[in-house]
Amino acid sequence: MSPPAAIFRTEGLTKVYDTGALKVHALAGVDITLYAGELSVLLGPSGSGKSTLLNILGGLDHATSGRVWFRDTELTQLGDRGLTLYRRDHVGFVFQFYNLVASLTARENVQLVTDVARDPMRPEEALEQVGLSQRMDHFPAEMSGGEQQRVAIARAIAKRPEVLLCDEPTGALDSQTGVQVLEALKSINDTLGTTTAVITHNAAIRGMAHRVIWFRDGRIDRVACNATRIAPSEISW
Amino acid sequence: MKALDRKLLRDFRRLWAQAAAIALVLACGVAILMTSFGMYGALEDTRDAYYDRNRFADVFADANRVPDSVLTDIRAIPGVRQAEARVIDHVILDVPGQPRTVTARVISLPEASAPVLNVPLLRSGRMPDPAATDEIAVNHPFAVANGLRPGARLRANLGGQRRDLTVTGTVLSPEFIYTIGPGALMPDNETFGILWMPARMADAAFDMDGAFDNVTLRLDPHATLADVIDRVDRLLAPYGGLGAYGRDSQVSHSFVDAEIDQLRTTALILPPIFFGITAFLVGMVIGRIIALERSEIGLLKAIGYSDVEICVHYLMLAGLIALLGTGLGWAVGTWLSQALARLYAQFFDFPYLIYRVSYDAYAISAVLALLSAALGAARSALHAARMPPAVAMAPPAPPRFKRRALDRLLSRLRLSQPVMMILRALMRWPVRAAMTTLGLSLAVAILVASSFFSDALDRLIDNAFTQSNRQDAILLFTPDIPETALSAVAALPGVLRAEGQMFQAAVLRHGHLEKDVPIEARRPGTDLSRIIDGSGRVLDAPPGGILLSERLAMHLAARPGDVIEVEFLGDRGETHRVHVAGLVQQYLGLGAYMDLATLTRLKRQAPRITVANLLIDDAHLPELHAVLKQTPELGGLIMLTEMRRSFQDTIRQNVTIMTTVYITIAVLITFGVAYNGARIQLSERARELASLRILGFTRAEVSFVLMGETLLLAVLAQPLGWALGGLIAKALARGSTSDLYTVPLVLEPSGFARASLVVLAASLISSLVVRRRLDRLDLIAVMKTRE
Repeated sequence: MSPPAAIFRTEGLTKVYDTGALKVHALAGVDITLYAGELSVLLGPSGSGKSTLLNILGGLDHATSGRVWFRDTELTQLGDRGLTLYRRDHVGFVFQFYNLVASLTARENVQLVTDVARDPMRPEEALEQVGLSQRMDHFPAEMSGGEQQRVAIARAIAKRPEVLLCDEPTGALDSQTGVQVLEALKSINDTLGTTTAVITHNAAIRGMAHRVIWFRDGRIDRVACNATRIAPSEISW
Repeated sequence: MKALDRKLLRDFRRLWAQAAAIALVLACGVAILMTSFGMYGALEDTRDAYYDRNRFADVFADANRVPDSVLTDIRAIPGVRQAEARVIDHVILDVPGQPRTVTARVISLPEASAPVLNVPLLRSGRMPDPAATDEIAVNHPFAVANGLRPGARLRANLGGQRRDLTVTGTVLSPEFIYTIGPGALMPDNETFGILWMPARMADAAFDMDGAFDNVTLRLDPHATLADVIDRVDRLLAPYGGLGAYGRDSQVSHSFVDAEIDQLRTTALILPPIFFGITAFLVGMVIGRIIALERSEIGLLKAIGYSDVEICVHYLMLAGLIALLGTGLGWAVGTWLSQALARLYAQFFDFPYLIYRVSYDAYAISAVLALLSAALGAARSALHAARMPPAVAMAPPAPPRFKRRALDRLLSRLRLSQPVMMILRALMRWPVRAAMTTLGLSLAVAILVASSFFSDALDRLIDNAFTQSNRQDAILLFTPDIPETALSAVAALPGVLRAEGQMFQAAVLRHGHLEKDVPIEARRPGTDLSRIIDGSGRVLDAPPGGILLSERLAMHLAARPGDVIEVEFLGDRGETHRVHVAGLVQQYLGLGAYMDLATLTRLKRQAPRITVANLLIDDAHLPELHAVLKQTPELGGLIMLTEMRRSFQDTIRQNVTIMTTVYITIAVLITFGVAYNGARIQLSERARELASLRILGFTRAEVSFVLMGETLLLAVLAQPLGWALGGLIAKALARGSTSDLYTVPLVLEPSGFARASLVVLAASLISSLVVRRRLDRLDLIAVMKTRE
């Protein structure tokens, strides 16, 4: 069996936030590879650099130094326009606070993506995948937190992205609804083979990952592979 | 429809109140631009077409009696394409069913052919037969006002003979788009008319066989006007020439021209104010929306929307506001244009009116509206587009309140915390506070300027009608009569007092500067028509000297003590040197005043008068009219009492309309600025204010914080508004001042007070509307909202 293809590869990735008096090293030389079809969980305390890494991988932010490749494309060489197209065509995001547009229904929030993507699924199909076919015409304010997050996931997968980047997807949810969201993520990873990276504070989630990466002070502290993965339904917090 | 477009429409619907407040301000600008610009174009096009088709003359000249042979010399002047000689005189008419004395100007029609210049346009009936001795055509508005149809008969005093005349037709002429009688302030078609009669009949009536007393010229495009005028003057000087003049001094033309100018000025000055305020308000509202939608912008970027798409999204929101404003403005502008067209139809006599607003006016106003909204939104929209996605996703950094010198001062004042919150907010967003203040002060300024206009008119009318001219009627004599005839005038029925006055056409020269003006000469101590200066003093022209109005002195660069040349026009073209005895501040016309005895001495003749000012017992008015209708020497009659009344009625009506319009405009501006300002504060401070409520502050205390800022800015806007209003009034006074009248800068405290009252009340109401939202604030929901 040939080794899985690398989706992301970084070399000496550094990000420094300059607030005038103070220089904060959010990333201090990170070398990491994420593989196709892999579900990885990024763990670590606040400020350890997880989100910064995810933002750079997702083309939301620029690195201060170091290099990042998405397959054969060096993201660190792309300008704003290139990054926009990269995000549009390849990346799906899920955020802690769902970031749904309040004035659009569930279906329309997904449509935001399908309007601009190259080969999207129908919004209805994406919502079905996360089990929301009954709630398509509801506005965010009419839905629970778990439902809103599942709309956000539907929105993220509707473009058939190659990678799904999730920043604390269950951070604002209770255990029961959080598990629903994790199940949606796992099912997408299983059925569509989407490379998925999940940031979390919640160590309980690590059991469902192929690989767990610990962050500390802007560096990778350690990496561990799960020999056996547990189902999201077995997780609680 | 794309999801992003759907978001746009829903955002717009959610913002409807703020959008409407802005759209109303914008609509004002669009409507005013459309009306003034459209009407300006329409009026100019109509006038030019009319002038062109009916060959309106370029030069006009009057004299006493010029032999026909001189016309050949005039035609030979280089640059003259056509010249036409006419006989023009004034007559008294007795129109059936009209109790008042009617005066008319008679114009002769050429004998052999139709007129080649100032061609009358037939509206009904036919032109008089050249061979007829009792046929006339009259100007159409006069016919309408007096119910004269072709075939109607009226009586006229022609050369001392009472004659019955038959109206064969009604006409319009490019010379009389604005028909105003001698000495009148407003057109009165009932008592002043124009009669066209065959040359042979006019020659016989006014004893002008083989001669003319008026000539009009049309010039080649390359001709020099001043040159031609000089040559005409030289040719006519021996025959009592009264000075040739161009279109700019032709009465009808100068009134139409003034109107066109005013429309152009309005189109240039007012709309930019509204467009500027719109840009500011759109900027403020879009800026706030973008702040609120920060994370949504981040999300759109994360999904892969480009900077351009995001920028366009917010620009389109501004565009929708502009569309709403434009639509409203078009509707109001179309309606206003029609109303204005009706008003013009009342004052101006055009045969056809191109009174439709051109497509240009619609297009230009829409483009400017879109531009100003886009410009207002541009900064925020670009900011949104440029925000790096990772930054947009993170909550904004809280405002950095730092302790500054001003804060140390404030804390010494021991102000309450709510007052502190208000003041800190002003210091935190000084540009926004300044712009809000500026917006509100413009509303104040517009009101101050509008009340200035009515106050200035009041002052002008008071000076002209109750201080300077106190007579009930003026009799005009052409030609002049001996002063001794005044006793006969005094003996007319109902006349309580009669005073004579001489108007002498003259050219005043000082160095290389010269001006054609009538010199008013009267006896010292006359009481009915007086010289009043700006401070209300009654003056008499001292013997031997001449008094000049300040504006005339400015034209001549003459100062008291200077010696100027006075050339009398008319019979004897003699020139005299006269010293300037003093200057008078005058509101109407370019006055030059002399003592009647001095004028008589210079002219080496017995005292003569052209005008008799009368004080009349109203009870005998019908008898007086009956006698005047039969007085052939009478060239004209001005009933000042009626004129004052109708003038003041018109002015009052116009001032009421104008005041209503300006108050509406000021209220709309105030509402647009204050309402949006308060809404944005509410949105920014919802958490703070909710926290205060949770801490136990009452609704009134919390709304004080919200309304306090708006009202504080409104109060601060007052002095600035007064100052700006004063400046606008000064500019308006200067801009409206012409040789016809000087508009005094009158700024009454009541004007300032009213302006402040209106704007403060509108600000209070605007913030009370927003306060209602504050009362409905869901405390828990607000506190849960993520900033």
